[in-house]
Amino acid sequence: MTNRAEMTRRDILKSGAAASTLTLAPGVTLMAFGGTAEASSRADAGKRWGLLIDASKCAADCNDCVTACKVENGWGSQTELEQIDPEQAPEWIRKVTLRDTSTGREVSAPVMCQHCEAPPCVDVCPTGASMKREDGIVLVDKHICIGCRYCMMACPFKARSFVHAEITDQNVQAPRGKGTVESCNLCAPRIDSGRIPACVEACEKAGHSAILFGDLKDPDSAISKALNDYDSVALRADLELDPGVRYTNL
Amino acid sequence: MAMEQTIYRELKATPGVWQIAALLLAFLAAAGGAWFYMEHHGHAVTGMTNQIVWGLPHVFAIFLIVAASGALNVASIGSVFGEKAYKPMGRFSSLLAITLLVGGLAIVVLDLGRADRLIVAMTTYNFSSVFAWNVLLYNGFVAVVAVYLVTQMMRALDYKWVRFAGFVAFLWRLALTTGTGSIFGWLVARPGYDAAIMAPMFIIMSFSFGLAIFILVTLTLLKLNDRIFGEELLKRLGRLLGVFASAVLYFALVFHLTNLYATEHGGYERFILMDGGIYTMLFWGVQVMLGGLIPIALVFLNPSRSSTILASILVVIGGFAQVYVIVIGGQAYPLEIFPGYEVIEGFHEGVVSPYTPSIWELMLGLGGVALALFAAGVGAKVLRVLPTNLSDGNLAAKG
Amino acid sequence: MRLVFAFLAVIGFAGGAAADGTGPVVPAAVGDPHPEGNDYWRVHHMDMLRHDRDLTMREGVRDLAPDDLAIQASIGECFTCHAVKDEAGSFVSFDDERHFCRACHDYAAVTIDCFTCHRSTPPNESGLALRTMAKPDEANSIDAYLSRVAQEMNK
Repeated sequence: MTNRAEMTRRDILKSGAAASTLTLAPGVTLMAFGGTAEASSRADAGKRWGLLIDASKCAADCNDCVTACKVENGWGSQTELEQIDPEQAPEWIRKVTLRDTSTGREVSAPVMCQHCEAPPCVDVCPTGASMKREDGIVLVDKHICIGCRYCMMACPFKARSFVHAEITDQNVQAPRGKGTVESCNLCAPRIDSGRIPACVEACEKAGHSAILFGDLKDPDSAISKALNDYDSVALRADLELDPGVRYTNL
Repeated sequence: MAMEQTIYRELKATPGVWQIAALLLAFLAAAGGAWFYMEHHGHAVTGMTNQIVWGLPHVFAIFLIVAASGALNVASIGSVFGEKAYKPMGRFSSLLAITLLVGGLAIVVLDLGRADRLIVAMTTYNFSSVFAWNVLLYNGFVAVVAVYLVTQMMRALDYKWVRFAGFVAFLWRLALTTGTGSIFGWLVARPGYDAAIMAPMFIIMSFSFGLAIFILVTLTLLKLNDRIFGEELLKRLGRLLGVFASAVLYFALVFHLTNLYATEHGGYERFILMDGGIYTMLFWGVQVMLGGLIPIALVFLNPSRSSTILASILVVIGGFAQVYVIVIGGQAYPLEIFPGYEVIEGFHEGVVSPYTPSIWELMLGLGGVALALFAAGVGAKVLRVLPTNLSDGNLAAKG
Repeated sequence: MRLVFAFLAVIGFAGGAAADGTGPVVPAAVGDPHPEGNDYWRVHHMDMLRHDRDLTMREGVRDLAPDDLAIQASIGECFTCHAVKDEAGSFVSFDDERHFCRACHDYAAVTIDCFTCHRSTPPNESGLALRTMAKPDEANSIDAYLSRVAQEMNK
């Protein structure tokens, strides 16, 4: 054993871990090695990440957001699809094309996890694996997911998928495996390292910029201003789940 | 008093008992094999999908769990409501309640995507989840009913303790079925579920299914040992079953009427009641007709030993169909995510999701049933829970 | 329980390996050694992994060593140093018994649950990129994106 003076940050962290293993002693860890707030990547309770999808800018024949998500998070590969029924295929994000039944107008938009403020999937999860981060991102902690699929029953948006077969060669930033539930996590690893979600990047690159990403809690952010200035809708607004993903021109 | 004349004896191991035990063990082995197969390959080999996330195993499991609390009713009627004629059946009723629950839970647990993480489910609770409550309710039920069974078996014990334990067990079983119904009733997302009536409907379903299974299992075990099950007593249980089955129909009626009144649920009702294919067939043909009207007519219009037995079998079949329609039908009907729009292109948007259960799911489900029955049989073999004589003597003595 | 297993593993090292060479052959790693020392790691690696996993997953804390901005709270980081190559020169995954983790875990008969989901070989490029905080001038950084969007709106 090393002597006390040589103990590293991990030992300091461990003392924090000892107090509670699942939810860690707040604040202990970062304070231990000084303030580097600007560089730190803790999910910030002062923020709420969200998306505003402008259906009028979304091209029906473009699938770039879905492709980017597949590449980033490593789902839906040929090897994976060969093992499963099409109905069992994962769908973190999907494109839908809709026709207004009264006017006949057609629109197209991506649908992913809506990152609700009051997520039913989090309420129903027996173990707490389905969770909402401080910054509003809803995701599955696959370490304690038992694969009961109750969250999939509860989600009004069909945003979640169950991994039906063994997965190999995952991306390092997107662990996923047989027997657990998964869904869009707004590219949390990218956000934590100061990057925008893959679908947002892809949509901008494709020249559509139909997905606006930003902090819903910041009144000066572009997304907040846009939500103030234009009509927008939440999917299944009747359920009052206050989703972090909104749609305009739908 | 007639009560004290009841003698309880272990089941004798006749060739018939051995044969049935061997049959059940074969089902258990098959279920074990099916589980290993599903565990190894993942749910890819089942008929369950991302649309139908709970399949045939869950239908079996929910049926057994609901029936479990109902099987306890016979004991409750005896010790809580003081019906002397029911008291000799109280011990086995308690035992069967426990084993049915264990059988149902075994299916749920083995169907988990990560069954190896059961310990997580038992140690990490999210108390806003009905599921987490149910874990506690189910475990508690086994404990409470076990204590109740022990008090019934302690002859020296003052009867007020039996009554007290029976009362606690009765309240607990009501809570348990409320919890099971709420698994569906509280799901606002799906038009087929979101209904407060689910909880009381599950309670009344449990009364009916549990009693039917109790009649069939008890009768079989007594017959295997050439013990008497009095015709009058059987007919009386049959009439009670008829009342329960009528109540189930009534609750189903209210459930669907309420849904029909709310325009937003109209689509779901049209699906179940008119053009849902297999689900419509199961609802009208099996649940309402075969599992409701026919058994009710049998026990009231032509009460007899055989009509009670037939009615019990039909109630079990109808009950299974009812759970199937609720669980699978509720998922097959599409979620309405974009009201006012027609989905031209999407991923299984706005279409009925197909579901074809695989043989593995069936084997797992039947294994749960086999486990419940086998455990009940073993219990009756080693414990003095079955009376040597269930003749109509008790009925007469009661008067 | 884990501690017991860990101690068993350590005993396995000390007894088996030293005495007659029947102990596990631990593949050599590249890079700087852990400052805590190998003995410490052999006993406590699961606590550390488990702790970091909750920090990363639930709290979004990934840059545990802000001095060099390397994001280290990642099980994938292990394989930057602890990767084993096969004859053809490609990295072996956990399916291969030569994998670093398996060397000891097979020996001690302790199951690992990490790699049903996690990648067990060094990351690809996109994964590596997420190991460092985005510079404000990177096109896909949140800062750059937000200023682009703000400009767009002002127009």
